[in-house]
Amino acid sequence: MAESAAKTVLYCGVCSLPSEYCEFSATRKKCEEWLKATHPREHERLYSDVAIAEKMAMTTLSEDREAREAAKMEKAELKSEARMARDLEKKLTSKVAIKRIERNKRKCVTAVCGLQVFGIDLKSTAKMLANHFACGGSVAKNLQGLDEIVVQGDFSNEIRDLICAKFPSVPKDNIELVAEDKPKKKAP
Amino acid sequence: MFKKFNLQESTNGKNPVKASTVRGIRAKLLEDYPGLEAHVEDILPKKVNLTQIKCKGRIVLYTVDDEILFFQHFDDPITPTLHLLHKYPSILPHVQVDRGAIKFVLSGANIMCPGLTSPGARLPEESIPVGSVVAVMAEGKEHALATGMTTMSTDEIKSVNKGNGIDLIQYLGDPLWKTRLE
Repeated sequence: MAESAAKTVLYCGVCSLPSEYCEFSATRKKCEEWLKATHPREHERLYSDVAIAEKMAMTTLSEDREAREAAKMEKAELKSEARMARDLEKKLTSKVAIKRIERNKRKCVTAVCGLQVFGIDLKSTAKMLANHFACGGSVAKNLQGLDEIVVQGDFSNEIRDLICAKFPSVPKDNIELVAEDKPKKKAP
Repeated sequence: MFKKFNLQESTNGKNPVKASTVRGIRAKLLEDYPGLEAHVEDILPKKVNLTQIKCKGRIVLYTVDDEILFFQHFDDPITPTLHLLHKYPSILPHVQVDRGAIKFVLSGANIMCPGLTSPGARLPEESIPVGSVVAVMAEGKEHALATGMTTMSTDEIKSVNKGNGIDLIQYLGDPLWKTRLE
C-alpha cells in the first residue's frame, strides 16, 4: 500500500509554513537560518544558487516584475522586524504589578496584572496559583477593563518568587509589589 | 472563513462523536471526495475516537488524537484541513495558481480567474463543477497553498476569465492553521 502512505512535510520552525513557502513569509531571513541549522540538505535544495536560478527560469513573471516584488518583500520584512523590536521593547518596559488589596480588616486578596503582555495564559496560571496556594484563584477584569489574576489571601512575595521561577521571560526587575489599603473613612 | 478565529475564545465544548455518526460522516466524506478512498482507513479507521469541537459562527472541527482533521461550516461540505491535505495530497482535485498570486493568497485573498488561466497556472483537464472543494497548489511548489471552493465550474473559469473563481476556505498561516490543541 505504497499509495496510501502519508506524506511528511517539513514545516518551518520559525513561521510554521512548509519550508518552500518561507520565502513569502515576513521572517524570511530567520526561516532560512533555521533551515540551514536544522535541515542542511533541504536548505541546499531550496536556497542554493542553482535552485534559485532554476526558479527564475521557471517562473512566468517578467524579470522586472520579479525585482519589484522582491523590493516590496524587503520593505515588508523591515517593517516586521521593526514591529518585533517594538514588541520586545514593550515587553522589557511593561510592568507586572502584584497588588495586595484589603478586603476587610484581616483578609485580603492578591491581584496580579500585566502578565498577558508576556504571552502567558492567564487562565491556566490562575489555576496553577490556586492549586499551589490551596486557595481560590480566578481571572477577573479590573477597573481599567484589563484581565488580571485574583488570588484569595496575601501571597505577594510568594507569587513574585513563583513567577520568577516559572516564567523566565518576565524580567525580575519589572515585578513590583503594591499594597493597596482600603481607603480610610475620612473624619468628618 | 478563518481570518479571525481563536479557538480558546470561540469554543463551547468538545464531545466525542457517536460511532454511528462517524459512519455517516465517513460515508459523506467518501461521497464528496472520491480521492479519499485509498486513505480512509488511515485517516478514519473503523475504531476511531473522533471528537467534535463546536465553535462560534457555526463552525465544527473534527479531531482525532488532538489533531484537527476536518472542519465544517454550517451545512457546507466537510473540508479537510491543510495539514491533512499535505499528508494526503490526492484527497482533493488540484488547481494551480501562478507565482504572482501566491503572495495574495497567503494573505487570504480569493482567487481570481486570471490567476488560474495564466501560463504559470494549471487547471485540470476534466471540468470541476461549481461549489466543489479544491486544493490550491502554486507554481513551482510541491505542497498545497490553500483550500477553496469553486464559485464557477473550471470550464467557465476558462471561458469567462474574469472575476472571482475560487472562494478561499483555508490558507497557509491563517489562524486555523496555527491552532494547536493540547
